Amino acid sequence: MDIFLQQILNGLVLGSIYALIALGYTMVYGIMGLINFAHGEVVMFGAMVTITVVTSLMNAGVGLPGPMLVLVGLLVAIPACMLLGYAIERVAYRPLRGAQRLAPLITAIGLSIVLQQVAILIWGRNYIPFPAILDHETIEIFGATITKLQLGIVALCLLIMVGLLVVVEKTKLGRAMRATSQNPAVASLMGVNVNTIISATFVIGSALGAIAGVMVATNYDQAHYYMGFMIGLKAFTAAVLGGIGNLGGAVAGGILLGIIESLGAGYIGDLTGGFLGSHYQDIFAFAVLIVVLIFRPSGLLGEKMADRA
Amino acid sequence: MTMDTNKKLAVFIASAIVLAVLPFVVGSTLGNSWVRTIDFALLYVMLALGLNIVVGFAGLLDLGFIAFYAVGAYSFALLGSPHFDIHLPFYISIPLGAGLAAMFGLLLGTPVLKLKGDYLAIVTLGFGEIIRIFMNNLNAPVNITNGPQGINLIDPIQVGGVSLGKAIEVFGFNLNPVHMYYYVFLFLTVVVVIMVYRLQHSRIGRAWVAMREDSIAAAAMGLNIRNIKLLAFALGALSGGVAGGLFATFQGFISPESFGLLESIMILAMVVLGGMGHIPGVILGAVVLTIAPEILRDVIGPLQMKAFGKMLVDPENARMLLFGVAMVVMMLVRPEGMWPSKRRAAEFKDAKKG
Repeated sequence: MDIFLQQILNGLVLGSIYALIALGYTMVYGIMGLINFAHGEVVMFGAMVTITVVTSLMNAGVGLPGPMLVLVGLLVAIPACMLLGYAIERVAYRPLRGAQRLAPLITAIGLSIVLQQVAILIWGRNYIPFPAILDHETIEIFGATITKLQLGIVALCLLIMVGLLVVVEKTKLGRAMRATSQNPAVASLMGVNVNTIISATFVIGSALGAIAGVMVATNYDQAHYYMGFMIGLKAFTAAVLGGIGNLGGAVAGGILLGIIESLGAGYIGDLTGGFLGSHYQDIFAFAVLIVVLIFRPSGLLGEKMADRA
Repeated sequence: MTMDTNKKLAVFIASAIVLAVLPFVVGSTLGNSWVRTIDFALLYVMLALGLNIVVGFAGLLDLGFIAFYAVGAYSFALLGSPHFDIHLPFYISIPLGAGLAAMFGLLLGTPVLKLKGDYLAIVTLGFGEIIRIFMNNLNAPVNITNGPQGINLIDPIQVGGVSLGKAIEVFGFNLNPVHMYYYVFLFLTVVVVIMVYRLQHSRIGRAWVAMREDSIAAAAMGLNIRNIKLLAFALGALSGGVAGGLFATFQGFISPESFGLLESIMILAMVVLGGMGHIPGVILGAVVLTIAPEILRDVIGPLQMKAFGKMLVDPENARMLLFGVAMVVMMLVRPEGMWPSKRRAAEFKDAKKG
């Protein structure tokens, strides 16, 4: 029982991080209908910049408490990633609007390679440890343990998701975003500046990515130039699982994927009589994805699209 | 008319001669490592042409194509190495591997028949990752793939008792393995090229295009969408499987590392950058994307030494950086690809005007 609960908790932490990144994918997809393959790199930059800021503040002898240092790091990383997101859209996507669907995919992949190499130039090829400034004090819940840090991660994720939902549903910007996603041409006739809205989408998604990157780095105590790849892949899987383009779907898909993964990793050994071990964890994400899409071809919460001629 | 035929014949003979002497010219001027690069370029041509059937002709975005390459490579390795101590000759294990890859193509194709666009893309990506994870982990409790260590000492191709794995002397010429494999690869590449050309202009090829442009209208015209979709997956996988088997025997060693997502993406980039759906374009894309990084490798280091007197940037790093930049710039300058078909180029022109 306690193993079960423990895995659920672990999955919840992992899943809320996935959800945060998945929101970045799904927002861009909802508005432009394309996969932002460079989003994982934004997540990586968020983690790296924060670690750099925190370490240099510590070296300079700034005597702030741990969480404050991370906050300062985030305050640098978020604008940096927003700028990066804006640049990605301007360089890789805007010039190719209206071109064949695969062209922006290739530019995004090219940019992804470039960003990884830039990260190597700045931070090197090795794993960078996250400074041990956050306490990993644990709390016990019904026999399962969770660190306060992880609890904070889940809480912050939920807060951000609710905030994003409010922005999209209640504000003028959100209304313009929804209008653009339904029909950019008509939206622009109604006075919506489509270019600004698209930029805003990338910027907001990148800010979420930066925060998620820091969460990943604190949760695993390290960061790496290649970290954006796998986490981006999983988050994208989560977005598709929930029904890409749908904000609620991204959250549901992310949390579901996190829980399935950690449950799978915890139980696969018992289920198969020791034949398959926990290193098959990654298979779960994809196996579940394939099964879900066979039965619901547009994701869990995705709308059924009519075939358009 | 006769002029045209003569011209075609002349081009054909000229390219045949160039291709026949290429490894010796390159080998004696630039060194044998470049012949090796050309061998790899041929492998990638086969892979890109296989993926082009799925993506270019049938319009199904496949991000897990490398899985079929892996299936071909692993089946050759398991049937021709000390790992299981089975040593089947290549003319059995390569067709077997190709057939198995085609079966995996059907295996992937069947459940995803209903999926469209990016949903299809992500499922194929997941399929590719699943195959790789299995190859990485199927070393316990029963050791099938030898896990992350990979399989070593894979048999070289043997033709009439002559092993292509060792250098031999013919009429005073020193024939290296890279030279001999070149001709094997060239032969099979030509076979694949002929196959895709014939397919493109056949009923099946036209059915693929019809499905790509509008699957509902195609179905209304009486096309069996399910069958032609599956056929696209299977035939694409087939040529991936052939390339995989050749890769295994050429390298003598394979491990799951060679079959990651990045590799799938590179092959997709070859197809798109070359000119999706246009066979000469795809071949050009594969050759350019294989050779460009190698040229950069040779150029960047010395150039830095000359310009700055020291290594400012790690050459490997600078090489990938430039490669990424080149991919972005090429796509921005020519979104239709380097050498698109006339039809596609015209479509792009229209789209720009409208």
